[in-house]
Amino acid sequence: MIEIVGLRKRFGTVTVLDGIDHHQSAGEVVALIGPSGCGKSTLLRCLNWLETPDAGSLRLGDVRIEAGTPEAADRRLRQRWRRRTGMIFQQFHLFPHRTALENVMEAPIHVDRLPRSEAHALAMGLLSKVGLADRAHHLPAQLSGGQQQRVAIARALAMKPEILLCDEPTSALDPELRGEVLAVLQTLAAEGRTLLLVTHELAFARDIADRVVFVEGGRVVESGPTRAVLDQPQHPRLQEFLGKHRARPL
Amino acid sequence: MAWTTGVRNTTGAAQTPEPAFPQVLRWANDAEGGAPYIFHPPDNPDQLVGFEVELAQALCDRLGCTSQFVQYNWANLIPGLRQGGNYDIVIAALERTPENLAQVAMSRPYFAFGQQLVARTHDTTIQSLGDLAGRRIGVLASTLSHRLVTQQGGLEVRVYDENVNYFRDLELGRLDAVLTDSPIATVQLRTRPNLRAAGPPFAPAYYAIAVPTSSPELLTRINGTLESLIQDGTLERIYRRYELWGPQQATLATWNAAAVSTTTSGASTAATRPSPKPTLRYFSILMEAAVTTVWVSLASMALAMTWGLGLALARRYGSRPVRWMAISYIEVFRGTPLLLQLYFIYFGLAQQWGWKLSAGAAAILTLGLNYAANEAENFRAGLEAVPRGQTEAALALGLSPAMTLRRILLPQALRISLPGITNDLIALFKDSSIVSVIGLVELTKEFLIRSLDAGDYIGLGILTAAIYLAMAHAASLGARALERRLRT
Repeated sequence: MIEIVGLRKRFGTVTVLDGIDHHQSAGEVVALIGPSGCGKSTLLRCLNWLETPDAGSLRLGDVRIEAGTPEAADRRLRQRWRRRTGMIFQQFHLFPHRTALENVMEAPIHVDRLPRSEAHALAMGLLSKVGLADRAHHLPAQLSGGQQQRVAIARALAMKPEILLCDEPTSALDPELRGEVLAVLQTLAAEGRTLLLVTHELAFARDIADRVVFVEGGRVVESGPTRAVLDQPQHPRLQEFLGKHRARPL
Repeated sequence: MAWTTGVRNTTGAAQTPEPAFPQVLRWANDAEGGAPYIFHPPDNPDQLVGFEVELAQALCDRLGCTSQFVQYNWANLIPGLRQGGNYDIVIAALERTPENLAQVAMSRPYFAFGQQLVARTHDTTIQSLGDLAGRRIGVLASTLSHRLVTQQGGLEVRVYDENVNYFRDLELGRLDAVLTDSPIATVQLRTRPNLRAAGPPFAPAYYAIAVPTSSPELLTRINGTLESLIQDGTLERIYRRYELWGPQQATLATWNAAAVSTTTSGASTAATRPSPKPTLRYFSILMEAAVTTVWVSLASMALAMTWGLGLALARRYGSRPVRWMAISYIEVFRGTPLLLQLYFIYFGLAQQWGWKLSAGAAAILTLGLNYAANEAENFRAGLEAVPRGQTEAALALGLSPAMTLRRILLPQALRISLPGITNDLIALFKDSSIVSVIGLVELTKEFLIRSLDAGDYIGLGILTAAIYLAMAHAASLGARALERRLRT
């Protein structure tokens, strides 16, 4: 359902993505791993057009956009694409001037043009799903980091995305708060949703992901079924990466 | 002390001066008064001439002392004389009215005049004040003309600070008439063919020399000298040079104080002396002026915020030429004086392109355009302070860029900009007093006029300050309520 071919992206003189190919079917959960600065976050942001790739093509279902063409710069096309993909940020980025409920209702009302009552029911349902129905009328500043991230997940789900892109969703959280966010993501995976996660939590990736993709230097170095990649790494760079991670106490 | 003693100057004066007379007599006037009183002739701008200048010279020659001119703001000449120290006497078209006599001593008159109504040549409907119901009339602040039109009632009165701009506004159609002292009208009508004298002069009155009440001997000497200047024809010769001599001036020779006080009292307000507690009497008058201040300020601020937001968006999101234009606008309006901008918009546009804005419109436009530069920067600071992630999160949800701006960025930016905007609104309440130069009477102007009338700076000053404070406080409270609504 999502396909990336030959994706390239440079920032000035630095090549961040150097020809990435990736394919993911509906219902598949994929974990993107790799050292800091390897380009995994940029890859995710390209999939949402928060970054504009320099070359390559992106396909989402039946829509295919080639980098560098007029479509790639078309705002409406981007907007429609974004409605079909959800994004979870490391720093949550909840709207601070709106309550949890208003955060979740924002896009259904103003993008999908849902009647207020319907949007309200939808949002309350999603807040219950992430366990925060009783926090609906709190402002983000009145919520813990873990709660904020769960609201952010509910906000993304409100648009019924075909794929949920998660950019290190637990990295900004204290260890004791990570569990509640990971549990929510686990539920989503179990429901058969399509997830593409950038994560440093290898144990979590092992639990949740069907496949793991190891990126380094802007290229896919190794990819395959989770257990194969994590337990029998073939490429020396991946072996080194996994070795470092095991040696580091969590 | 106003009267400094010095060595007697023994020139060949006609009269024998008493001892202890000042060597130098400092007389005050405002050179902005213009022709025929005191002015710099356009062909010789270094020189100061006018019939009052020559009168002062003749007076000093006769008194046997040196004449020294002191420039002083016209509206404050009497308070300045009472305070003392800067000048000894005032020769500046001060009317010999009970109001003035209550504050300073005044000599016998040196000039007789009437009130002259001036209208446009083609506007034949106006012959007297009675024809002006509901129409716009310009007068000089704190003059007999000002009191007369106020008493007449039913007129829209515009108050000016000097004698030229109301004629200009009359020509431009912003005023329907001007009421002014006849010599001013005489001089101005010579060079303004599209204006005419509407009806004969009325409400006869006199200019006299103001002397501190504490100097009765000086007053006596001046009265004696004036009489001799009148009797021997010196005054007539001066006035004829300025084409001001007429049958009216003949009454100067036979003038007596009792006769005059009856003719002028009809034209003056009933209360000649301020009551012991004038402050409260003026409260409602000042509140009325405060209404002008408030609506000019609020309308200007509304314009400034709308236009300022446009400028901020142009500066932040516009293409390079748009950005450049926004920056240039901000620099120009921030970097030039407000007064200059006001004159440009009110007089300049009318003169150059015939855009005759009303005083209110020009005031709101100028203040709005000027403050827009400040508000643009306030908004820009607010927009820049909203984290980038907010835009990304909104876009990622599928909101359009316009929707993202309106629903996500602006509310947060406004919250950040609000303290700066509130500051500017409070500054605007005070800055709006600048519009008094184009004839709008707002709070500060009303205070200046009334404090002169009442001779009370402390009481009215505190009252005026309290009204300003109340406005500023209301703005702060409003801003705080809005901040709470916009949340964090």
